[in-house]
Amino acid sequence: MLEGGSVTLRLENVTKVFRTGTFGGGATVNAVTGVTFDIRPGEIVSLIGESGSGKTTVGRMILRLTPPTAGSITFDGRDVSTLGGRGLRDYYGRVQGVFQDPFSSYNPVFKVDRVFEMIRRAYLPTVTGSEWRERRRRALEDVGLEAADVLGKYPHQLSGGQLQRLLISRALLMDIEILVADEIISMLDASTRIDVLNILGDLRDRGLGVLFVTHDLALGNYLSDRVVILQHGRIVEMGPTAKVFANPVHPYTRMLLSCVPQLTAKWDATTNDDPRAVPTNPVLQLVGDDHYVER
Amino acid sequence: MSSAESRADLVATPEVALTGQGAGDVELGPRGKRFEALHFALRNTKLVIGASVVLAFLALALVGPLLTDATPFEFGYPLGQPPSSEYWLGTTAPGQDVFAQFVYGLRSSFVVGALAAAIASVIGMAVGFVGGYRGGVIDDVLSMLTNIVLVIPTLAVLIIVSAYLSVGSLRSEAILIGLTSWPWAARAIRAQTFSLASRDFVSLARLSGQGTARVILREIAPNMSSYLFLTFILLFGGAVLTAATLDFLGLGPSQVMSLGLMMNTAVSNAALQLGMWWWFVPPGVGITAIVGGLYVMNVGLDEVFNPRLRRT
Amino acid sequence: MTLAVDDLRVYYRTLKGDVKALDGVTFSVSDGEIMGLAGESGCGKTTLGKSLIRLDGRMQLMGGTVSLDGVRLPLADERAMSAFRFKDVSIVPQYAMSALNPIRKIGRMISELLDSRGVSYRDTRPELSRRLALVGLGDEILDRFPIELSGGQKQRVVMVLSTLMDPSLLIADELTSALDVSTQKAVAEMLVEFRDRGFVKSTIVITHDLAVLYQIADTILVMYAGKLVEKAPAGELTRDPRHPYTRLLIGSLPEVGARISEKRLQGIAGRPPSLLDPPSGCRFRARCPLAFAKCVEEPPFVEIAPGRHAACWKAAA
Repeated sequence: MLEGGSVTLRLENVTKVFRTGTFGGGATVNAVTGVTFDIRPGEIVSLIGESGSGKTTVGRMILRLTPPTAGSITFDGRDVSTLGGRGLRDYYGRVQGVFQDPFSSYNPVFKVDRVFEMIRRAYLPTVTGSEWRERRRRALEDVGLEAADVLGKYPHQLSGGQLQRLLISRALLMDIEILVADEIISMLDASTRIDVLNILGDLRDRGLGVLFVTHDLALGNYLSDRVVILQHGRIVEMGPTAKVFANPVHPYTRMLLSCVPQLTAKWDATTNDDPRAVPTNPVLQLVGDDHYVER
Repeated sequence: MSSAESRADLVATPEVALTGQGAGDVELGPRGKRFEALHFALRNTKLVIGASVVLAFLALALVGPLLTDATPFEFGYPLGQPPSSEYWLGTTAPGQDVFAQFVYGLRSSFVVGALAAAIASVIGMAVGFVGGYRGGVIDDVLSMLTNIVLVIPTLAVLIIVSAYLSVGSLRSEAILIGLTSWPWAARAIRAQTFSLASRDFVSLARLSGQGTARVILREIAPNMSSYLFLTFILLFGGAVLTAATLDFLGLGPSQVMSLGLMMNTAVSNAALQLGMWWWFVPPGVGITAIVGGLYVMNVGLDEVFNPRLRRT
Repeated sequence: MTLAVDDLRVYYRTLKGDVKALDGVTFSVSDGEIMGLAGESGCGKTTLGKSLIRLDGRMQLMGGTVSLDGVRLPLADERAMSAFRFKDVSIVPQYAMSALNPIRKIGRMISELLDSRGVSYRDTRPELSRRLALVGLGDEILDRFPIELSGGQKQRVVMVLSTLMDPSLLIADELTSALDVSTQKAVAEMLVEFRDRGFVKSTIVITHDLAVLYQIADTILVMYAGKLVEKAPAGELTRDPRHPYTRLLIGSLPEVGARISEKRLQGIAGRPPSLLDPPSGCRFRARCPLAFAKCVEEPPFVEIAPGRHAACWKAAA
C-alpha cells in the first residue's frame, strides 16, 4: 500500500444523465450534475446523501460500471474513461469497490473462496501454493478473520459482517490505493457495523484512501476526514468533517443534521429553511478553511 | 432502495427471516437446495403425473419398434382391420400396420421435439443473454430482431417454406421449427438476465477483470439453471405440436412416419367417415398426451423450483 | 385497553426441524403506550409482530396466550382472527409502495377494503377526509392511482388507512428502516400524533434502530435470540441499560459528534445462537463479558427496579 502520496482520484464536473425508452427517446433523469472533488490515499472521504442523491451513481462511475455523460474522472493523471482491456485491468488493481448487500455480492452457487480465486487468476497468476495461501491468510488477518473460519464455506453459511470483511480483504490482496465503500454496513446488524468501520479506519491509517458512500451522518462523522454532501446529484456542501458538522452552513445539511435521531437528545422543532430550493446560478463558494457551500 | 426492498421481500419468507445475519445454518446452500428440490419434486402431483405420461410414451417409442416385425410403410397386411390380438392397433385402409406406424411415429415426434428445442434454446440463449447483459444499443437491436421474428406468423411461414423447399428429413423439419420458435425463449431469458445482471456479484466479477462471455457463462447462467430447464421443456412441447401440425398438413417429410402423417393419411382415406377410429385416435391421443404431459410437468416444476408457489 | 402477552411461543416449521423464533415472551402494553420492540436480525421481534396479527405460512403457535382488553385473541384460527384485524389490531406495512394495489384508484381500494370488513364507505368518508387533511393530503388523492403519488404521500395514505377504524393496537414493523432521515422523522412523529389524537390506543413499534425509539417510544423492550432481555422506560434504557447485551449494543452506536480518533467504539463479538437448537441457560452467555457459572441456568425476566425488567442474574445489582 502506498504511504500517503500524490496519487489522486479526481472527479471534475462529472455529470450523469439517464435516458429511458428505446434508442434513448424517452424521459431523462439527471442523476449527477457537475460534481467535483478528489480522494487521496490515506484519507477517508464520506459521500453523504439521501436516496436519489446520486451518491451510488458516483461510486459506480468511479468503478467504471457506468460511464459518465460529461466531465472527467482521472486517476494518477490518466483519464479513467479511456481505459480499456489492459489499462482497465490495471486500474482495477489499484481501485476497487465493496457494495451494500453482502449476500448479493457473492454468486450463491460457489464457495466464497472463489472471489479470491478470481483475483489470483487475473492479477497474481504466478502466485501459487503455499505462497498464495500465506498471502490470503495475511489479507484475512488484516480484516480480523481467521482463514479456517471462513474459507471453504458457502455465502449463506457466513454472516453479513464476515462477508463484507471478506470483500474488503479481497480488495487488499491486490494492494489497492483507493476503495469505494458503498453503504457497506447498512445491511449489517448494529453490533457488527462498528467493527467493520473500525477496519476501514485502520486501513486508512496504513495508507488506503476510501470513498465512504452513506446516508448516515453519524457514521460519516465517526469515520471520515472530509465530507461531501449531495442533494439531487449536486454537491451542496463539502469540507473537513469536523468543520462541516460543527458549523453546517447549507440549509440541506442543517436539515439532515436536525433529523438524525440521537440517543441522548430529542428532535427539536424543524428548521424553517426550505432546503429544496436550488439557487438559479449555483456555484460552490468557499466559506472557511477548505469548506465549500453551494450558493 | 430497491435492493433493500427486494431484501425485505426475502425476509418475508421464514428461511431468511430466521437467519438474517445470525443463525446461518438453517438456510440452504446449493446442495441443500437441490435436495430440497428433489424432495418436493417427488411429492408434486403435477410433476409426477406429467413426467410419468411423457416417460411412458418415450418408453413406448424406444421399445415399441422392437416389439413388432412390421415397418410403418410396409403394405400387405389385411385391409382396414380393427385392433386384434395379432394387429394390436389394427391396420390401415391400404393395409399397413397401425401399431408399427404409431411407435415409429412416436420416435419421430421425440426426435424432432428434442432437436428443434435444442436449436431454439441455443439461439434463444445467445440472443437473450447478450441482449440482457449488454443492454444499450446491442439490446435494442436484438430486441427488435426478436420482436420481428416473434410477430411473423410462424405457421404461415413454415407452410410456405415447406411447400417450396420440400422438407425431406426430420432434421430439416427440426431446423425449420427451431429457427422460428426461439423468440419467446429469448425474451424470457433476457428478462431474467436483466434482473441477474444488476446483482452485485456480477459487478464484482467485472471488477475482477472478467469479460462478457465469462460473466454470462459462469455468473449468470448457473443462477438461472432451473429457468433454462423449464424453457427447454416448453420448447420441446411446442416443437412436437408444431411438427404434428406441419405433418398433418402434409408438409412434413413424407418418407418418415410421424403421428401427424398418420392423421393426414387417415383423413384423406376418410377414416373418420368409415369409423376406423384405431387409425386416427392413437396418433391424436399420443400428441395430446405428450404435449399436455410436458406442459403439466412444467407447471409442477415451477412449483418445485419456486418455493413461494409451494402449498406445504 | 391493555394487551397482555403470556408465554407466547411461535416456531417456524422447516425441513430441518422447528426454528424457535419466539420462545416464551411475556409482557403487557397499557392504554396509550407506545412500546418500542428492539433487537437485531433473528431476535424474534418480527415474528412477534406478525403473530399478533396473522400467522403466515410456516409459523405455528406452540403455546401461550394473547389478550386484548381481556378478550383472548384466537391467533391460530385464521377465520376467527379475521374479525379482529383492522378493527382491533391493525398493522402498518413496511413498504407503502408495495402495499397499494397499483391498478386501483386509492378511493376505490379503500372502499373495497372497508366493504370487506362490513363497514360502510359512505359513512366513513367524512372521517377519512378529515384524517387525510390532518396529514396534509387533500380529497383529490382518492381519485389518483398509487403511481401518481410520491413515496411520502403513499406512506401517509397507508398510515391513515391502517388506523381508520381506530384500532386498539397498532403494529408498525420496521416502518422507518428504508426511509431517508427526513421522511423517517415525519413518519415517526405521525405515529405519536395518531396516538395523541386517539386514532390508536396503543402502538408497538418494531425496529432495530434504538435512536428512533428513544425519540418516540414510552417504553422499550429489547429482544435477543427469541427471548426478552430488558424492558424499561425509553429514557432510562438509553441512559442506564442494565442488561449486558443492551449495554454493549448502545455502546456500539456512534452518535453524531463521536469521532474514531477521539473514541473508538466496539461491537459485540460472535453471532447469535442458532434457533434450531438453542443453547440452554442464558442465550447471550457465549458473547457476554459478565458471564459466570450461574448463567447456565436461564435467568427469568423479572422486575429489577420499579418499572424496569431484565433477564440477567447480574442485572439486579
